[in-house]
Amino acid sequence: MVFPGTWSDGDCYHVATSVLGQDARYVWHKDTDLSGIDCVVLPGGFSYGDYLRTGAIARFSPVMDTVERFAEAGGLVIGICNGFQILCEAGLLPGVLTRNHHVQFRCQWVDLRVETTNTPFTSACERGDVLRIPISHGEGSYYADPDTLAKLNAGGHVAFRYCTPDGEPTTDANPNGSLENIAGIVNARGNVLGMMPHPERCCEAVLGGTDGRRIFESVLRAMA
Amino acid sequence: MPVSKEILDEIALSEAEYAAIVERLGREPNPLELGMFGALWSEHCGYKHSKLLLRRLPSHSPRLLVAPGAENAGVVDIGDGLAVVMKVESHNHPSAVEPYQGAATGVGGIVRDILAMGARPIALLNSLRFGPLDSARNRELFSGVIGGISWYGNCIGVPDVGGEVAFSESYSGNPLVNALCLGLVEKGRVVRARASGEGNLLVLVGADTGVDGIHGASGLASRTFEEEREMRPTVQVGNPFLEKVLIEACLEVLETGHVLAMQDLGAAGLTSTVVESVARGGAGAVVDVSKVPRREHGMTPYEVMLSESQERMLVVVAPEHEDAVRSVFDKWDLESSVIGRVTADGLVCVYDGSSEEARLPVDVLTDPPLYTLQGATPAYMEQTRSIDLGALPPPDDGAGSVLIRLLAYPDIAGKEWIYRQYDHQVQTNTLQPPGGDAAVLRIKGTSTAIALTTDGNGRYCYLDPVAGGAIVVAEACRNLACVGAEPLALTDCLNFGNPEREDVSYQLEGCIDGMVQACEAFGIPVISGNVSLYNETRGVAVWPTPVVGALGLIENAERRCGTAFTIAGSDVILLGAAEVSGDSSALAGSSYMELMHGMVAGVPSIDLDLEVRVQRLCRRAVREGLLESAHDCADGGLAVALAESCIAGGIGFLGTAEVTGRWDAALFGETQSRIVVSLAASTLPAFGRLAAEEGVPWVRLGTTGGNSLAIPGVMDVPLAAMDDAWRHGLERAAGWTAPELFEEEPGI
Repeated sequence: MVFPGTWSDGDCYHVATSVLGQDARYVWHKDTDLSGIDCVVLPGGFSYGDYLRTGAIARFSPVMDTVERFAEAGGLVIGICNGFQILCEAGLLPGVLTRNHHVQFRCQWVDLRVETTNTPFTSACERGDVLRIPISHGEGSYYADPDTLAKLNAGGHVAFRYCTPDGEPTTDANPNGSLENIAGIVNARGNVLGMMPHPERCCEAVLGGTDGRRIFESVLRAMA
Repeated sequence: MPVSKEILDEIALSEAEYAAIVERLGREPNPLELGMFGALWSEHCGYKHSKLLLRRLPSHSPRLLVAPGAENAGVVDIGDGLAVVMKVESHNHPSAVEPYQGAATGVGGIVRDILAMGARPIALLNSLRFGPLDSARNRELFSGVIGGISWYGNCIGVPDVGGEVAFSESYSGNPLVNALCLGLVEKGRVVRARASGEGNLLVLVGADTGVDGIHGASGLASRTFEEEREMRPTVQVGNPFLEKVLIEACLEVLETGHVLAMQDLGAAGLTSTVVESVARGGAGAVVDVSKVPRREHGMTPYEVMLSESQERMLVVVAPEHEDAVRSVFDKWDLESSVIGRVTADGLVCVYDGSSEEARLPVDVLTDPPLYTLQGATPAYMEQTRSIDLGALPPPDDGAGSVLIRLLAYPDIAGKEWIYRQYDHQVQTNTLQPPGGDAAVLRIKGTSTAIALTTDGNGRYCYLDPVAGGAIVVAEACRNLACVGAEPLALTDCLNFGNPEREDVSYQLEGCIDGMVQACEAFGIPVISGNVSLYNETRGVAVWPTPVVGALGLIENAERRCGTAFTIAGSDVILLGAAEVSGDSSALAGSSYMELMHGMVAGVPSIDLDLEVRVQRLCRRAVREGLLESAHDCADGGLAVALAESCIAGGIGFLGTAEVTGRWDAALFGETQSRIVVSLAASTLPAFGRLAAEEGVPWVRLGTTGGNSLAIPGVMDVPLAAMDDAWRHGLERAAGWTAPELFEEEPGI
């Protein structure tokens, strides 16, 4: 999915095609045709400059109605970074992403604890696995009201939490002030994932790690 | 004369230059015409004080596809049908006035320079200088500049992969903000910035034109900067989202094959873009300012022609392809307008509707007077050269304590606080992120990688401009050698004071001569650059600070090297010296002298012949897979280089080589042409043969391992203490939140 201001589109395309050997195509935000697509990725970037609020303008792009119907029909949707922000703005995922608590942009490697393997995005992991994946954002502090948070926890819809290398979700391991160290969530049905870290940046050993592949390989397994 | 001194001051033209304009036109220019001359004859656009010196820089290489000067930048062949363009540019004065927007638009400007050549921007670097962080104003400038670079670079999706920063009183009030961009382009698809072909259309695309940045080139960039004057209206405001869209739209429009030429709008706005494009094409142009989309009502033709509003490009297309080209811009929701056309008469004519507002010959506009500078040895050099460094006592604190202080020194301390605010990974090519000697980026679809670094050293250049200029180039290339890359080309940004003063003129000429010597030694050209003069506050010039960006090639991306010790029990070798001995001359211009003795003195020097051999040896050893780590000895000398390799790898070092002479000079002296490497003992014989072939002296320093940097009888500093001092030095110097100082005292 390419919105004006998206910049991880090429990185995701590279992983899908060159690393995983899959067919992939770019979908322009004014298009509405998702035929033949098994999994939609809303990549990172600054759609519409993130002016007003992150993802707030992109959610009105023509393609988003189609994405909503695609998700309702059970299609897999991954929102990474700005994509997560757009999915929240569009109401496909609950909660909101606010300014990092230290108000600085952060590009660094973080550790994520896998909270559930009962999703099409984490089935290739074990519960409690620690994945090392980079973040790159200025507004990734996850917030939701207490009711929503309780539902997320009760339903097992928290996918990842920021943690220490040995899997403890401590305050120090939280890079942006997210509530309960939440780094990624799925919707109630489990077919829409939003996550702030960038799995597409760590699918090749030369880039410093391959843990991102676990997420994409889970998707391939679900599609098979 | 009908023009007042105040008006000439406003546009930074001298009375003699005005007289020359009148003579060559055969009449008085009208105000708009005078403004256009002011912009194009400014130092920033016309290089009137520097062009004759810049011609000395080498511009030839078999790798060059397009020579520098012919276009915005030279184009370098990197094999596999691909080429790169790169350029560094200053945004010093805008950043001093408004650090966040000044730095941000500096990034935006250099990105458009690269885009204009049809290349996709794939890397940013920056070289920064500020006054000491104990001043609130300097902290504000520092965090503002970093914030602006972060904001703009992150939003446009170009990774910020490296750079350097240093702090000195010399830059208080006049920070240096140099931004470098590198772009990748298929060999046959480099776009020209030369408008020609009568009747072809000038299409302006991107942002609306506002009143921001008027006189940026002539007023802000080309004369001495005085803090007291309100200069804010001359600083532009950036819109990185629009820039990102412009990048994608321009690259897509090039795919149509209908673009005859493309040029960015930067300093002096529409005036310089139109005039320089048609000058290169040997043509003329008609521009109708009433066709230029405005941000506000009531703008005069003068304001439209000289506005430096950001995020605009000029595209030249044949009339029959106008629709095809503009439909691509429409797709990206970008406004595009035909604002004029190319003519064959060699004149630039500006209309406002039907009213002619300016009519000037292109050849006069682009032919400013060139001045030969008269330099004289600066008075301070007599003093800095005469100080007897040998008479300075080594400090009473032991070497370990000096090392800790140097590691925490903001010039040397880790820079993660800065680069974690920059997206350095996007585009997924970054093999060596910031923090190494040079950034390394893979070139997808090939087996090669490129290496990039920026370097500068105001202290050395201040003490000896010729040696300093040579050392800056040598160090940049040495950084490339440490990662295993062969230097291909340089770009430079010359930051100096007012060249009309003899001492500054001497520094400028000396630094350029030193750079020329080093470039010739390495056989590399300078493919692009920028001159930033008048970096002064209240009559005091900044240290002469040429900054170079160096591009290197690694033919096999798997054969590269990092700075970190990787395993315990390896041999640690110093290349470029046969012993660890200290002579006081090595202290010249060193960080140690500045920090411990509060002095910038002595005469730095370099043996370029040895330097070339040391670098070739290091490169060969990396290529043959012999080395586990390589790190050059630079600021802080040998001990700091060792400490940085220890910190990066989390592995200590035990010295066995005898330290002779002065311990401070041996450990912290900044003798050039030295690299610390580590290798498995089993590869030492092979390495020794290579070193003999290259005729490079070396000495075995010791072994990796343990939890400290230990040199028996000299120092034993815990790894954790070094790590803490280095990692948090920058934040602590600024008084920002950082963990409490490490408690354990270093041993001797």
